[in-house]
Amino acid sequence: MSILDRIADGWRKYRKPGYYDEFDYHWGMTVDLDRCTGCEACVTACQSENNLPIVGEKAFAEGREVKWIRIERYWEGEFPDVKLRFIPMLCQHCDSAPCETVCPVSATYHNQDGLNTQVYNRCIGTRSCAVYCPYEVRYFNFYDHHWDSPLDQQLNPDVTVREKGVMEKCTFCIQRIRQAKDVAKDDGRRRVRDGEVQPACVQTCPTQALVFGDRKDPESQVSKLMNNPRTYRVLDELNTDSSVVYLKKVEDDHA
Amino acid sequence: MPEAKELQYADIHRDVVRSIVETGPKYYITLGTAIFVTLLCFFFPWFYQLYYGIGAAGLNHPQVWGTYLASFIFWIGLSHSGTLLSCVLHLTNSSWRKAMYRSAEAMTLFSLVVAFTFVMVHLGRPWFIHWSLPYPNQMEMWPNFRSPLLFDVMAITTYLTGSAIFIYMGSIPDFAAVRDRTIGWRNTMYTLLSLGWRGTDREWHRLHWAYTFLAVLIIPLAVSVHSIVSWDFALSIVPALHQTIFAPYFVVGAIYSGTAGIVTVMFILRKYMDFGQYITKVHFDNLGKLLLVLSLIWTYINMVELFTGWYSGASTEHEALQYKLFGYYAPLYWEMILFCAVAPLLCISKRFRTSFVPMLILSIAVNIGMYTERFLIVGTSLSRQYLPDAWGLYVPSLVELSIILGSFALFSTFFLIFVKIFPSVSMYEVKETMSTPKTEPEAPPEGNPA
Repeated sequence: MSILDRIADGWRKYRKPGYYDEFDYHWGMTVDLDRCTGCEACVTACQSENNLPIVGEKAFAEGREVKWIRIERYWEGEFPDVKLRFIPMLCQHCDSAPCETVCPVSATYHNQDGLNTQVYNRCIGTRSCAVYCPYEVRYFNFYDHHWDSPLDQQLNPDVTVREKGVMEKCTFCIQRIRQAKDVAKDDGRRRVRDGEVQPACVQTCPTQALVFGDRKDPESQVSKLMNNPRTYRVLDELNTDSSVVYLKKVEDDHA
Repeated sequence: MPEAKELQYADIHRDVVRSIVETGPKYYITLGTAIFVTLLCFFFPWFYQLYYGIGAAGLNHPQVWGTYLASFIFWIGLSHSGTLLSCVLHLTNSSWRKAMYRSAEAMTLFSLVVAFTFVMVHLGRPWFIHWSLPYPNQMEMWPNFRSPLLFDVMAITTYLTGSAIFIYMGSIPDFAAVRDRTIGWRNTMYTLLSLGWRGTDREWHRLHWAYTFLAVLIIPLAVSVHSIVSWDFALSIVPALHQTIFAPYFVVGAIYSGTAGIVTVMFILRKYMDFGQYITKVHFDNLGKLLLVLSLIWTYINMVELFTGWYSGASTEHEALQYKLFGYYAPLYWEMILFCAVAPLLCISKRFRTSFVPMLILSIAVNIGMYTERFLIVGTSLSRQYLPDAWGLYVPSLVELSIILGSFALFSTFFLIFVKIFPSVSMYEVKETMSTPKTEPEAPPEGNPA
């Protein structure tokens, strides 16, 4: 088979109508703001699971920290009558993601699990995806990061350590998803069961505010939660069609 | 051209060839300085940045684009007037173009090269830049054809190729003329460059045909290049960038800063290369008129931009607008308005247009204003995006400022080398504008009409 035939074959495959909308899995997450206490355990869990660099005080002050999930804090009202609100912000894995169209080398693309993936080895560092992302959840490696001994011993062997000049972001712990799929295959099952795979942030959340699962499975916990009347998506008006759905905080005084 | 009356054909050859072969110490000192500054201010900080990471620049998280991209747009913009103006004037048969177009086209070429180096400086991993080109490879990985950045790569390489061919082809008769008047290695070089030009009718016919063809081809190219550069911004959903006006805005801005750049370069050529008889008040007068018109269009588009932002009614757009007009970067905004919208109104007066030093000052002011504009497009919009938690500030670092300074030295280096290789005034076309010589020239160019 000549290279031209192979290219034509690949082309035909990707030209199949609905190819981009049909996923094997459709991983999604719900964030229940009524349960979120803003404890930032998810931030820490993500840090250790995904080998996020600890950039240090100086780089942090310069706004160069890397946090795949962050807790945004918003104060509401004037001093005596003040309210603090939290909203965990992570990559929304948009099904029509602005960042995917702009990358000139396709380093970020949508895979067959409905995930918005980032290929570190392909990234040339134009940083345009971070500009195009309305959620500001893409993080750039401004330096080569290093882990002083013995901290380098705690690096997760399943996750690469990114070099300078590369963009990175939340992957929904793709290494765990891969592992779960492998286990399912070895067991002779076709699909991963609900609850079998959890990203680090979901696993660690003490109030179970974060729920992760397959949106294609109508029986999964995440699918059920997505039918909750409290659901909304952040910046839904931009039509990014995000995979992370937030559940509004219940408030007595507005009830 | 009133001052050119006394000029004979031979004088033109003498003057232009002299500018190529006779090199004084002043030239070497200038070239040496330019190369030194390029190495010190451009390449040294860049290598430091490559070693250290993009963190050497002042960039941070909401603002991952900074002066590198602003400089890229600036240099692309500066490249615009050269070849574009030359093409338009060629097609409209404006004779005043002929003395200045060669250097204007060279400006285009070198600005594009400098712009390209800024892409390299901007990238996190510039050693992989070839991945953005569609070449067959064993991984069967293609670039992303949906990406406006990829459109950019295509548009700029096409424009670069087009304008390089254009300037080279227009110079062939002049290369031949210089070939006939030089000896040694220069003779060999110009023999190769002139491609065996003999000045036959057939050759002139072909040249004219091809030249006009390219001129027609390059005009839409030039317009498309800057439209596409604007799409890098306009195709995003960042408030204040997501605007349909951006393509014409960038094209007009590009031609505007390019025209101002030509005024600067012509002043320098006139002053330091003794081209006073070729580059005259007429040129400054005409370019002044062009600057005036362009500044008015530019001002109008700016007002439209503000209006559409306000009219959208979106809170994010309003915030971005508010921030641009009265926020942290507001002094820069008003400086831009002063330099690009108010100051060029002086060009209404003919006395202003025909005086060289004020025009030089104006042209530099316009380009400072236009650089500011590019910086603001990147700076103010990215610092105020949708989520207030991710708002931020960006101040360029010393490395960035040094690289900006160095890029001018890089450009000057290219230009200084150019004036010693290319006849920087088109000899054959200047002769077309003159009346036939009254007396025998001192050294008749042996039957060569070129």
